[in-house]
Amino acid sequence: MTVIGWIQILLFCVIVIALVKPLGWYMTRVFNGERTFLSPVLRPLERGIYWVGGVDERREQHWLTYTVAMLLFHVGGFALIYGLMRLQAVLPFNPAGQTAVAEDLSFNTAISFITNTNWQNYGGESTLSYLVQMLGLTHQNFLSAATGIALAMALIRGFTRSSMRTVGNFWVDVTRCTLYVLLPICIVYALFLVWQGMPQTLGAYVDATTLEGGKQTIALGPVASQVAIKMLGTNGGGFFNANAAHPFENPTALSNLVQMVSIFALGAALTNVFGRMVGNERQGWAIFAVMGLLFIAGVTVTYWAEANGTSALQALGLTGGNMEGKEVRFGIVASSLFAVITTAASCGAVNAMHDSFTALGGMIPLINMQLGEVIVGGVGAGFYGMLLFVVLAIFVAGLMVGRTPEYVGKKIEAREVKMAMLAILVLPLMYLGWTAVGVVLPSAVASMANAGPHGFTEVLYAYTSATGNNGSAFAGLTGNTLFYNLTLASAMFVGRFFMIVPAMAIAGSLVEKKSIPASAGTFPTTGGLFVGLVIGVILIIGGLTFFPALALGPIVEHLAMNANTLF
Amino acid sequence: METTRLQKQVTASTMLDPKILVPAIKSAFVKLDPRLMAKNPVMFVVEVVAALTTLIFVRDLVTGNANLGFTFQIILWLWFTVLFANFAEAVAEGRGKAQAESLKKTRTESQAKLLTGTDRTFRMVPGTSLKVGDIVLVEAGDNIPSDGEVIEGVASVNEAAITGESAPVIRESGGDRSAVTGGTQVLSDWIRVRITAAQGSTFIDRMIKLVEGAERQKTPNEIALNILLAGLTIIFVFATVTIPSYAAYAGGSISVVVLVALFVTLIPTTIGALLSAIGIAGMDRLVRFNVLAMSGRAVEAAGDVDTLLLDKTGTITLGNRQATAFRPIRGVSEQDLADAAQLASLADETPEGRSIVVLAKEKYGIRGRDMHELAATFVPFTAQTRMSGIDAGASSVRKGAVDAILAYIDGGEPRTVASGNTIRSVAATMSAEAREIQTIADEIAKAGGTPLAVAKDGKLLGVVHLKDIVKGGIRERFAELRRMGIRTVMITGDNPMTAAAIAAEAGVDDFLAQATPEDKLKLIRDEQSKGKLVAMCGDGTNDAPALAQADVGVAMNTGTQAAREAGNMVDLDSNPTKLIEVVEIGKQLLMTRGALTTFSIANDVAKYFAIIPAMFLAFYPQLQVLNVMHLASPQSAILSAIIFNALIIIALIPLALKGVKYRAVGAGALLRRNLMIYGLGGIIIPFIGIKAIDLIVAALGLA
Repeated sequence: MTVIGWIQILLFCVIVIALVKPLGWYMTRVFNGERTFLSPVLRPLERGIYWVGGVDERREQHWLTYTVAMLLFHVGGFALIYGLMRLQAVLPFNPAGQTAVAEDLSFNTAISFITNTNWQNYGGESTLSYLVQMLGLTHQNFLSAATGIALAMALIRGFTRSSMRTVGNFWVDVTRCTLYVLLPICIVYALFLVWQGMPQTLGAYVDATTLEGGKQTIALGPVASQVAIKMLGTNGGGFFNANAAHPFENPTALSNLVQMVSIFALGAALTNVFGRMVGNERQGWAIFAVMGLLFIAGVTVTYWAEANGTSALQALGLTGGNMEGKEVRFGIVASSLFAVITTAASCGAVNAMHDSFTALGGMIPLINMQLGEVIVGGVGAGFYGMLLFVVLAIFVAGLMVGRTPEYVGKKIEAREVKMAMLAILVLPLMYLGWTAVGVVLPSAVASMANAGPHGFTEVLYAYTSATGNNGSAFAGLTGNTLFYNLTLASAMFVGRFFMIVPAMAIAGSLVEKKSIPASAGTFPTTGGLFVGLVIGVILIIGGLTFFPALALGPIVEHLAMNANTLF
Repeated sequence: METTRLQKQVTASTMLDPKILVPAIKSAFVKLDPRLMAKNPVMFVVEVVAALTTLIFVRDLVTGNANLGFTFQIILWLWFTVLFANFAEAVAEGRGKAQAESLKKTRTESQAKLLTGTDRTFRMVPGTSLKVGDIVLVEAGDNIPSDGEVIEGVASVNEAAITGESAPVIRESGGDRSAVTGGTQVLSDWIRVRITAAQGSTFIDRMIKLVEGAERQKTPNEIALNILLAGLTIIFVFATVTIPSYAAYAGGSISVVVLVALFVTLIPTTIGALLSAIGIAGMDRLVRFNVLAMSGRAVEAAGDVDTLLLDKTGTITLGNRQATAFRPIRGVSEQDLADAAQLASLADETPEGRSIVVLAKEKYGIRGRDMHELAATFVPFTAQTRMSGIDAGASSVRKGAVDAILAYIDGGEPRTVASGNTIRSVAATMSAEAREIQTIADEIAKAGGTPLAVAKDGKLLGVVHLKDIVKGGIRERFAELRRMGIRTVMITGDNPMTAAAIAAEAGVDDFLAQATPEDKLKLIRDEQSKGKLVAMCGDGTNDAPALAQADVGVAMNTGTQAAREAGNMVDLDSNPTKLIEVVEIGKQLLMTRGALTTFSIANDVAKYFAIIPAMFLAFYPQLQVLNVMHLASPQSAILSAIIFNALIIIALIPLALKGVKYRAVGAGALLRRNLMIYGLGGIIIPFIGIKAIDLIVAALGLA
């Protein structure tokens, strides 16, 4: 570990913290329906969209209507992607002449993109036409991100409103989020990326002659426009197979830094939106602190593990840490930092191969996802995931102050606890359950690239990533098989919607409750004590679930590695 | 009235009484019935897996498998875990049962005098045959056959059966003391009682059911907690059932009994086992405190209370006003005023009158004089004259309400000063002395006191300052409540000026002066609309709507039947100050649950470090590093973890029954303290405990 390395990490943190307040302020105005500096341009457009869609923007929805609207919206998204992939051969914007994508892969990919997972069992440049990339994937990147944020808003309204029945209007929330937040930022962002050297073209792939005289096809396409939302919306699906490790998808150190910041920007700002909406910004900062501390701890471990390298490398005379699977352009710090950010935030873009990280270095991304991706988390999803943990933490320890637990003025009772538990327990069911199947089923075992604990980790990582809607791959595992296409799709689906529906039920239940004014007897939720408590609950309730699996994967691998046994 | 602290009462209870423990052990086995266990999801799951492993053990016994000794010990401790949980519940119930027994004795068969006509003719019928609406005669020496309302007569009643207080109380028709309770005894006189409760649903019947825990309903927080525990249990099902597959991949295998051991140690058995005991003990604490909660929900609501409405008289101030100063007008010495006031009060038996005599003696050494020696006649207080005094020969002394005395001086004859016109006419002709009296009286009223004018032989002397005496220590209690985040509102019939002064002296947060029952009800509704929970106590029939509206309504046992029906708690001692303790008991109940839940979940960390390395050591010897406790062998590690898991239940029974200590220090400080003890302690203690058990297990060669 070096001082320069720590300065890079610090710089990243400072930028993110600096963005929290202004973005939070702006987003609060957007979702409260207040005027912003973009309103003169966007407001007519917004009205037009409602007119076309037949939406009455003043009419709010009950949580169930809101949820059903959201689910229907996703059915449409699924049909669109699936249809485009199956029909891409006969559709325009296909200069590379890609053929129809297989049924199971199309199914997996469609689920993957509507759930904001962007798990990729395909190589973008070798499988998909430009049309699919733009109209299918980029389009869903916007909408799945907007959906996540909309749901977070509905839950926040559950806390802020008192004795009401409605939690907002799904169509309005999604439209406002896309128009006022995602699109404006992405337009500027994409132009920045083009400036940094990222392609943005509908032209065909280019053939080049290498120094050895061989022919190399250089894949191009509308990259910048997709990468901007892929990062900002924590989607993570790469235009190219190599994702952000590809020079065209992450050309410079500056683009790398901006991409990392953009992964966290909206998720972090949502804590501030929450604070503003509940009328006390410190409530938001407390949640931000929980996320921040867990994040710093993760970065420290991964950076330390990668910078130290392994005894096997040292025995070969290779000092200076573990560079396997990392881009020399980014080095150990930027790769470690990127890996922790992308897994903490449910993004899943990668600029290095996590499979090649040291055992402990690779364990942190795994843990980040297994904790439910609440460390900043996916846009919106991370925030409502965190609120579920807060509900549990408040309930477990809140009784200790001698009152029915309450959070920002709302009593946490049987219904909230039931829904929070439901949301939290489907996660281990998916990733532990499917891993248990995947490591013994012979046809599934054949997909592993490595034996022993490392192979085990590959499978565990895949299902964890899918369930957490992260989408990053540990690599090594051959995922494009019927078994993995279907089981991973089920993990993605359950991981997304079995969390959303209970979260919305909580919103619906809270919104009907009265707000209780805080007093000296109220559980304090803005201080260090609360932050420590939530961290403890996340680590114990979240962590204990997968400790046995971790022991059999990265932990034993690390211990074996120290004894020079490699897998 | 002293404010007994609840801790004292509770520790005085007999926790290790063999009369409770022996039946509890028997009951622990009876409760193994799966139909009873199913009410407690966590322990039910433990019972199921214990039964399952027992079956496997029996199979292995037949087929002759290795490691039978180890398996047997694990199974033994699994069953102990279930039994300890049942035992905890049985002990909690046992304490209530002992009380129920003594109550049942009062329910013995009695005969009732059922009135047949309008006169006092009656026929004897068995008490059990009485119906609601029947009218019975109860005479000195009779037991009151059932709950009812006095419709005629006055009697002194011994209510020791329910209150434990042997001093008789007065019950009379009309007013706020008309309710009588079945099983109590009339000591003198006779009363006519209309029966208001059928057999089986009388006050005593309900009380027996409550203390026995027979009708215990799970409270809202308990239900939520049960869901949390069930959810955690399911998560740990996932965590353990997937392990054999992972182990198979690594080329190893794990026996069912080891998996079961891991599972049972991970699921929150500690809180699962103690949850119902905590609830029962909470109700029991209230009963010991002579407060009867009609539902567990009410006890929980008490912990959540934000606003306390307290009646001034009897709660904040002593029931009676006392003389604290003599304020003579110019030209009269304090000594003379005291002397006259004392004379006027000699025969006055009211607490106010007595306090004047006491003050005169203490401050001016004026000794008591004999009425006969003075040949004086006592002029008693009437609602008409609103003054009292003595006439001795030509001399007369009067003390009374300021306007009444002024009118008396003015006209020479006492007359009614009811209408406003009369007062004005008095004021118009007011002398200099009268104006001075009026000024002093206003000052006293502003300070929260009651002025009492004194006149002798038609001449005004001065004013006695009667003061509401705020109870000792009550100010500190209110400060405590404020730290707990509870707002106190004083309810009084006094005028706002007086009320404000007393409120300031007592340290309440707010007051409601000249309060009518409607005002009370409105205040409660206003607070509730702000999302606050309100507690109050009351006794009169006109309190009933407010008692019913309040989230916690404590009815005084001396109160009317209507009040007792409307409230969700009844205070058998009829001590309104107890509302504060009720709140504390409610908080203590919630805290105990939270503390043990936190402790139980925190315990899992150490158990993982005991069992995970032990489980996988056979195929991944590297994992020995995780054996941070350096437990002797894999088998002893697993056995120690499960033994600790069972024994901690027993160890925590006293805490579950006594409750976590409550301190009024505010939520932040309370949380910090409890998180340190039960959160951090919950992580550390099992490391020490499991290590210690492992040393013993290894030394005894058990594994």
